Amino acid sequence: MSKARSSFLRTGLVHLALITYTLIALFPVFLTLVNSLKSRNAIFREPMALPTPKTFSLIGYETVLSQGDFFGYFQNSLIVTVVSIALVLLFGAMAAFALSEYRFRGNTMMGLYLALGIMIPIRLGTVAILQGMVATGLVNTLTSLILVYTAQGLPLAIFILSEFMRTVSDDLKSAGRIDGLSEYAIFFRLVLPLVRPAMATVAVFTMIPIWNDLWFPLILAPGEATKTITLGAQMFIGQYVTNWNAVLSALSLAILPVLVLYVIFSRQLIRGITSGAVK
Amino acid sequence: MSQSDIIETETATPKRPVRWHIAVFLAPAFVVYTAVMILPLIETLRLSLFNVVGGELAFVGLANFAQLFGDPRLAADFWNAFSNNTIFFLIHMAVQNPIGIALAAMLSLPGLRVAAFYRSAIFVPTLLSFVIVGFIWKLILSPIWGIAPNLMDLVGLKSFFGPWLGKPESALITVSLISVWQYVGIPMMLIYAALLNIPDEVLEAAEIDGITGWSQFWKIKLPLILPSIGIISVLTFVGNFNAFDLIYTVQGALGGPDGSTDILGTLLYRTFFGFQNQMGNPPMGATIATVMFLIILAGVSLYLFVIQRRIRRYQF
Repeated sequence: MSKARSSFLRTGLVHLALITYTLIALFPVFLTLVNSLKSRNAIFREPMALPTPKTFSLIGYETVLSQGDFFGYFQNSLIVTVVSIALVLLFGAMAAFALSEYRFRGNTMMGLYLALGIMIPIRLGTVAILQGMVATGLVNTLTSLILVYTAQGLPLAIFILSEFMRTVSDDLKSAGRIDGLSEYAIFFRLVLPLVRPAMATVAVFTMIPIWNDLWFPLILAPGEATKTITLGAQMFIGQYVTNWNAVLSALSLAILPVLVLYVIFSRQLIRGITSGAVK
Repeated sequence: MSQSDIIETETATPKRPVRWHIAVFLAPAFVVYTAVMILPLIETLRLSLFNVVGGELAFVGLANFAQLFGDPRLAADFWNAFSNNTIFFLIHMAVQNPIGIALAAMLSLPGLRVAAFYRSAIFVPTLLSFVIVGFIWKLILSPIWGIAPNLMDLVGLKSFFGPWLGKPESALITVSLISVWQYVGIPMMLIYAALLNIPDEVLEAAEIDGITGWSQFWKIKLPLILPSIGIISVLTFVGNFNAFDLIYTVQGALGGPDGSTDILGTLLYRTFFGFQNQMGNPPMGATIATVMFLIILAGVSLYLFVIQRRIRRYQF
C-alpha cells in the first residue's frame, strides 16, 4: 500500500519536473509567436495575454514583408539546404558503400581521413576558404555555400551510413552479383533502398546546422541577392531593433518553417537518434 | 566479407582487374571534402607562418605567434577570450549535461505517459538558429519589456532582477545559460538513446537484488552510460571552442560589454575581418585559427587517448 503511494508520488514529481522544463523550453517561442500578432501597446501592456480582437494586429508582418525581401531569403535558404543535403546524401552514401563493402589497400586510412572532419570544425579553415572562393569568383554565390556545407556534412554522413551499410545482408548482394547486376546497380537498386531510414536521420542532422548557420553566409555570401533567412533576419532585426512589432514578426517568420518541418519529421528524427545511429 | 568476394579473390589471384567502381564511389566525396575542407585547413595553418612584409607575403616562421602572445594588447585580448571561452565551456559541462542526463533519466522511466510529447517539446530550442534564440532572450531579459522582472515577481524574486546582459560581471554567465537552454536537447537525446539500450535483463536482475529507484540509477545505469557522457563532453568541448553565432547576435562582434563575453570565435572574426576602426588582418586571423585548432586537437586527443581508454565498456 505504502509502496504504491510512494510510486504514485514519484511519478507525480517526475511529471512536475518534466512539465516545468517543457514550459521553460517552449515559453520563449510561445511568447514570440503570440506577441507578433498584437499591437504595439498590447505587447508592452500585457505581454503574456493571447491576442484578442481588440489587440490583434498584423502591422509587424506588414513592415517585415514590405521592407525585407523575406521570400527571397527563404528561397536562398531552401536552395542551399536542399542541394547540400542531396549532395551530402549521394556522395556520402557512395563513399560509405565503398568503405563498408570492398576490401582494398588504404581502406582504413581513407576511413580515418574522411572521419577527421567530425571532430575538426570547418570554420577554422575560413581564412583560406574565403581566399579560394575569391580566387574562383564564387564569393556571393549560393554555390560557395553549397560547397562548404557539402564538405561540412560529409564526414558524419559517411560515418553513420557506413555503420548502417555493414548491416545490409551479404546474401542479398551476392544474389545480385550472381544475377549479373553491376556494382553500381547493387548500390543504387539493392543497398540504397535498404538504408533509407539512416539517410533520413543523416538528412535531418545535416539540415539543422546548415539552415541555422550565420558564419558562412556572413563571410562568403553577404550580398542582398544571396542572403539566407538566418542572415536576413539577423540584419533586419539589427536595423529595426526599436520596432518591436517588426522584430517579433521577423523572428516568427524565421521560426515557423523550422517548426513546421519539425512537426512533420520529429518522429523520423527521434527514431533516428534513439535507434543508436549516433553513438 | 561476403562469400562471393572470397571466391572472386581466389579465382582471380594472378591479376585482378582494377576495380574502378571503388574509385568512382569514393571520388566525389573525397574531392569535395579535400578541396573545400582539408586543403583550406592546411592552407590556414600554413598562412599562420606568413605575414605581409613590405607589401609582400613572406615567410616569418613563428613571428605571428610571438606577436600574438608577446604584444600586450593582442595577448590581453587572446587570454581574455580564452578564459571566457573556458568559463563558457565549464558552465555547459556543469549545467547543460547534468540537466540533459536528468531529463533523459526521467523520460526513460518505464510506463511514463506523454513522454513522447515532453521529448519533442524539449528538443524544440535545439532546432532554432542562434539568431532567433539570441534575440528572443534579449527581448525577454530586456528591462524595457519587463517579462523577466514580472515573472520573477510571481515567485517573489523581483529584487534579484538586473540587466544581466548589460553588466560585465553577469553577461558571460547569462549568455552561457542561454546557450545551455538551446542545447540541452542534444545530451538529453543521446543519453536517452543510451539508456534505452540497456537490456531489460540487467535492470530486472538489479530489481531482484533490491536495487531500485535512485540507487539503481547511480549504481547500474550511470556506469553503463559513461561512454555516452564522454562523447557528449567532447562534442560540447569542440562546439564551445568553436562557438560564434550566439555571442555575435546577442552581444555583437566585440563581445561586449567591455569584452566580457568575447570568446575565441568572435576574436577570430574581428581579427580576420576587421571591425569598426580595426583593420582586418588575415595572417593574424590564421594564427588565431591555428591556436584554436591546437586547443581543439588537444581536447579531442585527451579524450581519445586518455579518457576513452579508461572508461570501462560493457558488452551485452
